[in-house]
Amino acid sequence: MPTVHFTDAEGAVRDVQGNPGDSVMETAVRNGVPGIVAECGGSLSCATCHVFVRQDCLSKLPPMEDMEDEMLYGTAVDREGNSRLSCQVRLTDELELFVTTPETQV
Amino acid sequence: MGTSVAAPTEQTATEHVPAAQAAAVAAAPADSSTRTGLLIIGASQSGVQLAVSLRALGFDEHITLLGDEDHRPYQRPALSKEFLQGTVESESLIFRSNEYWAEHNVDLVKGEYIVRIDKEADGSGVAHSSSGRQFPFKRLALTVGARARKLEIEGGGLGGVLYLRNADDALALKARVGDAQDVVVIGGGFIGLEAASSLQKMGKNVTVLEFGPRLVGRAVGEETAEYFLQAHRARGLDIRLSTSAKRFTAGAGGADDGGAVAGVELQDGTVLPAQIVLVGIGVIPNTQLAEQLGLAVDNGIVVDRFALASDGSTVAIGDCANMPNPVPGSQPGERIRLESVNNAIEHAKVAAYSLTGRREEYAGIPWFWSNQADLKLQIAGLCNGYDQTVLRRDGERGKFSVLYYRLGRVIAADCVNAPLDFMAVKNALAKGHNIPAGAAADPATPPQDDHHGQLTALRQ
Repeated sequence: MPTVHFTDAEGAVRDVQGNPGDSVMETAVRNGVPGIVAECGGSLSCATCHVFVRQDCLSKLPPMEDMEDEMLYGTAVDREGNSRLSCQVRLTDELELFVTTPETQV
Repeated sequence: MGTSVAAPTEQTATEHVPAAQAAAVAAAPADSSTRTGLLIIGASQSGVQLAVSLRALGFDEHITLLGDEDHRPYQRPALSKEFLQGTVESESLIFRSNEYWAEHNVDLVKGEYIVRIDKEADGSGVAHSSSGRQFPFKRLALTVGARARKLEIEGGGLGGVLYLRNADDALALKARVGDAQDVVVIGGGFIGLEAASSLQKMGKNVTVLEFGPRLVGRAVGEETAEYFLQAHRARGLDIRLSTSAKRFTAGAGGADDGGAVAGVELQDGTVLPAQIVLVGIGVIPNTQLAEQLGLAVDNGIVVDRFALASDGSTVAIGDCANMPNPVPGSQPGERIRLESVNNAIEHAKVAAYSLTGRREEYAGIPWFWSNQADLKLQIAGLCNGYDQTVLRRDGERGKFSVLYYRLGRVIAADCVNAPLDFMAVKNALAKGHNIPAGAAADPATPPQDDHHGQLTALRQ
């Protein structure tokens, strides 16, 4: 089972197991990970599921599409080079993902 | 106007049980021998958010989250889009795992329809369901949403005349889609256009009938309505404005199609073939329980700025609530009922504060989205009362947005395939900044706010 390690802005870590095919956002929301809001439920409309992906995991992810790229300019905490919208990142069996959630999403 | 009330907080809801209620509790079935701290009636977006927000605020009383559907609480927006098209699993629409509710001391009750509530002056009471169960509570939240407005014309009861408000509606529609070739969608609002786009993508021959002279009613401005009309027609949707259905006709054949819709007769006598008619002509807020409780009702359950109903103790939030307009700069006394995910969430947060004894007003700018075919509409703010618009159109990239102004200040924007524009306006509104009309006119550069927002800088 793929595992996502969520670190919040204060440094607290939460490990959540997810299902292959689910997005990181879905995995977080279903288990009540506090740093993910995801108002639009994954339809790429709100930019409230912003995460920072640990550098060594970043290269394992498929590149982002233009719409995600544009939405990332509207996040509550400024985007960084390792920013992604977690609704667009899907779990695979091989993927062990380390992400940090921003201080705020709205 | 918001009623000024000294609402009881959780601290005032003591263990004292009035005699009449004690008797009711004693007589109740086993499942209701204990009172829940908060009974939330309605297990959709706002009800779920209320429970979640309360736990985040440290509310430690038992919560019962009660819904009348036989599904775990799920997200609705996908019903007319990804779910209908079969591109998402129903499981991924579920808000929270069962483990989450168990860990957070929330009882999820499915399939119970509350028909009557007895309530005491201190805010406590007992809710009675149609199956005879009783749900005693200390505090009550009404997150009862809205129901689809019915089209009462001849043939309205035929099989295949469908609505799309909840998961069962979506499942009924999906079950019929396979056999249908022709679909008539009645109503050119968001639900109608989203479903029409989905059905067209699934290979159906789709006609949209809109009673009004333009699409999407008052939710967007004239330019945006026209944009959607042209865009959908260019994509092959047959859209007929200022047109209404006179009656639905049944099939003439044998037992196979007896009782099923076969066509839609228009006022001018034209008959359109239809094996499915999907009606999306708006919703009516569910106020029956509020009326029975004697709460003030006027196009929804009337609440104050803190989501408290007129009794000062019940909270009512989301689609069912009529609240003071939360947008900064709105007219004093102006009231509004908002049907959106964003409002369900923000209003729930306001109510969560009220239920924990705090007073926090609505924060944030209302926003909406609608995905139709490859058109992603995002709306920031409310465009009521605008006196100027600025149109931004980048034909090459399919981007389109309209910014709305009142007295020189930006108040809202409709943005299609233009997230940067949407984000710029939403952020400017949230921060109280302006985007001067002159600085928004060039579609090649993002709208620039008067504090030189970071959007522009970042994009360089």
